[in-house]
Amino acid sequence: MDMPVLSTMRSDLATRLKPEAEAKIVARDVNVFYGDKHALKSVSVDVPDRSVMAFIGPSGCGKSTFLRCINRMNDTIPICRVTGKIEIDKQDIYDPSLDVVQLRARVGMVFQKPNPFPKSIFENVAYGPRIHGLASSKGELEQIVMSSLEKAGLDKEVRDRLHDSGTSLSGGQQQRLCIARAIAVNPEIILMDEPCSALDPIATARIEELMEELKENFTIVIVTHSMQQAARVSQRTAFFHLGILVEEGSTDQVFTNPKDKRTQDYITGRFG
Amino acid sequence: MNEHIVKSYESELSQLDRKVVQMGGLAEQLLGQAFEALERRNPKLADAAVTSDAAIDRLQRELEEQTIGMIARRQPLALDLRQIMATLKVAGDLERVGDLAKNIAKRALAVSGESHPKTLITGLRHMTDLALRQLKDVLDAFAQRDAEKALEVWRNDEQIDALYNSIFRELLTYMMEDPRNIGLCTHLLFGAKNIERIGDHATNIAETVHYLVRGVALTDDRPKGDKTSTTLIGTS
Repeated sequence: MDMPVLSTMRSDLATRLKPEAEAKIVARDVNVFYGDKHALKSVSVDVPDRSVMAFIGPSGCGKSTFLRCINRMNDTIPICRVTGKIEIDKQDIYDPSLDVVQLRARVGMVFQKPNPFPKSIFENVAYGPRIHGLASSKGELEQIVMSSLEKAGLDKEVRDRLHDSGTSLSGGQQQRLCIARAIAVNPEIILMDEPCSALDPIATARIEELMEELKENFTIVIVTHSMQQAARVSQRTAFFHLGILVEEGSTDQVFTNPKDKRTQDYITGRFG
Repeated sequence: MNEHIVKSYESELSQLDRKVVQMGGLAEQLLGQAFEALERRNPKLADAAVTSDAAIDRLQRELEEQTIGMIARRQPLALDLRQIMATLKVAGDLERVGDLAKNIAKRALAVSGESHPKTLITGLRHMTDLALRQLKDVLDAFAQRDAEKALEVWRNDEQIDALYNSIFRELLTYMMEDPRNIGLCTHLLFGAKNIERIGDHATNIAETVHYLVRGVALTDDRPKGDKTSTTLIGTS
């Protein structure tokens, strides 16, 4: 019998027994407007360090909008306005003196559809460290690339084809390549916006297994439409609805005994 | 509570409830029948009770298959998950209630030729009535999702335990008085113990109902009144 792809069950207990982790991200009274549309209404939440937090909710509920506030991706949308406060390690990320490029190196992002650059596998991962000047020599750059591929669980599969195009990989491998690319610049936080929705169950399980390992060193925030995925991978879950953060709590509590009726209706498939 | 978007899920969940209630009704009926057979020394009634346990077992198997299937197909969460787990547990308890009641019916067959001391049977009748009341109340609590009512059942078990203690002592006295009573009294003692155990299953169900409704387990220690297993009753 093959080794099970998921080790979630075995390490879950240990994670849950850890003392309450300190908050890595603290959001207070965050509002987002797209023009006249009030997309996110007074959201306040703490994301604990070195853990996985899941954002769930129906389409258009604001969960991705909020995710994109954490690395200021919304800045790229001209009509978008963000108010309130988001701190990472007690540092205000909307402080005008803050370098957004540096922020995005600290807060990596993985998208729904794997989006490798049309370059070689090696170059996909080397790109970030190179533009951020993280390697002083060719050898060091290679080391960063290999260790990032290893952390993303992709090294064995691509070791002999590092110079093939990134787009020649399977969907699941491409997504892990994107994760390797995000890891390569040594971020503290990884934002994942539905990272498995385009993948088959095996590739999904690999990514989930990877998240389990990555959370030892990174803070992960994942937006997912799969309730089961949120239940499997996260320690805390936040439910958004109509731009409001309705409920936030330990994943066990939210999925067995949600406090708010809207949460209950949504996760059990009762939303009208 | 809003209905599920998927209607077949909704109807599967309500079917679970219907079957639990049906099972509970059968278990109550079986206990009543078994005791009546004992009280009236009626072997026909006892036989009928023994046979009707099969229907309870069948329902339990059906519920087990259905709940496992629903977990696999629906990946239930929150209240639905709690309902499915509660169904599985309650069905297990009711199946045991059926077995215990059937055992009383078998003992009724064994002692149908003997005459019982009236006071003993009165005590057992009282115990049976209490157990039946507990079963009925806890099944109502389940059907109505009434955690308060479940808590009441949970607390009331003490009364059955107290009655069992006194019947236990009384039966011992009869046995001491005349060794020819030992055969009959042992059967009656096991009968009483079975009823006491049925009471325990009713409290198990009460705990399950509490979890189903409130989402948290009952952690307090239940007041326990059965002292017969920890006390030595001497002849002096």
